[in-house]
Amino acid sequence: MNILEFTSLIWIGSFIAGFLGALTGLGGGIVIVPMLTLMFGVDIRYAIGASLVSVIATSSGAAAAYVKEGFSNIRIGMFLEIATTIGALFGAYLVARISTEFIAIIFGIVLFISAYLSSRQRKKAEIVIPPNSLADRLKMNGSYPTPQGLQSYDVRNVPQGFGLMFIAGTLSGLLGIGSGAVKVLAMDQVMRIPFKVSTTTSNFMIGVTAAASAGVFLSRGYIDPGLAMPVMLGVLSGSLIGAKVLVKARTRWLRLVFGLVILVLAIEMIFKGLKGIF
Amino acid sequence: MKKWTDERIEIIMGNLLRIGVILAAVTVFIGGIFYLFQFGLHQLHYAIFKGEPAAFRSFSGILHQAFSFHELGIIQFGLLLLIATPIARVLFSIIAFFLERDYVYILVTSIVFCLLMFSLVFGRF
Repeated sequence: MNILEFTSLIWIGSFIAGFLGALTGLGGGIVIVPMLTLMFGVDIRYAIGASLVSVIATSSGAAAAYVKEGFSNIRIGMFLEIATTIGALFGAYLVARISTEFIAIIFGIVLFISAYLSSRQRKKAEIVIPPNSLADRLKMNGSYPTPQGLQSYDVRNVPQGFGLMFIAGTLSGLLGIGSGAVKVLAMDQVMRIPFKVSTTTSNFMIGVTAAASAGVFLSRGYIDPGLAMPVMLGVLSGSLIGAKVLVKARTRWLRLVFGLVILVLAIEMIFKGLKGIF
Repeated sequence: MKKWTDERIEIIMGNLLRIGVILAAVTVFIGGIFYLFQFGLHQLHYAIFKGEPAAFRSFSGILHQAFSFHELGIIQFGLLLLIATPIARVLFSIIAFFLERDYVYILVTSIVFCLLMFSLVFGRF
């Protein structure tokens, strides 16, 4: 295979990943690394670098649209970004310290968890938790538009949410993913922030988190321009088109198919990691 | 002058991000076209990890490569623009919180900004 063929195939694969990622809301980043390593035989460190770059592109590209809706909360986002960026630096630091097989196994496990999280029905939390005084002092409580007018909300469990965000950041830096699922889990389930606010704020945070580890990856030489080019352009165009189609599409069966793909990739990553083929 | 509200800041930030991404994508695309014309028929090397050459790892190296119209240098410069986009958003937020006189969040945002700069400058720790 020469570079032209390789680049075209990677572009097509990344386009599909971005398209499905936007349609299902799972993000395209999570399948990029398995695709590059399992299908194209790319070294996992190059794959993580390219994936991370595409994550920044989709997060920033979508932000303008989200912002207009008026859901995201920049104070919550900015405060939690302290945790995610520290985590991202730690994750990027780990990439150079642990074996590629071990990274592949962790990746597989995270894929499993994401497939599970996406298949599960969201539970309405019912236990009453008192509002958090820290949230008060940090002016995190806000309001968002609903059909019935502005709805205000209080933020709970700030320290726990902050801790989970550190983990989200570490996974992002270690695996080159956006880890939006963990970020939304932390805000929606733990901090009890309304779902719409959680997802849009999470999208905002993903770009900053990924930029933190991308700096490390760039100076370590993990970001290869020839590889990152088709991945970034493919995922970006795929996700932008996916977001346009989203309004009309039926996503239920798509989520199922995409979930199954993730499951298969998870098994293969763990299997090959254990056999030491990475 | 209009008052600085969170909402207004967010709209400006959203547009800032979009412009950054468009600039980066166009730069990467142009570099990519040149790259494929030049090296499209060459063979591959991604299975073996060597790490990028020093010229693609530092600011000065990438700038030098890009402005001497090295194909991969242009792509890498575009990727650098992309990484700089969220960092620019954080920098803009510091200014915005300053205009709002929100000192707690000036501090919070500055911490995030320092962490990002640390990553870029001392990335090889």
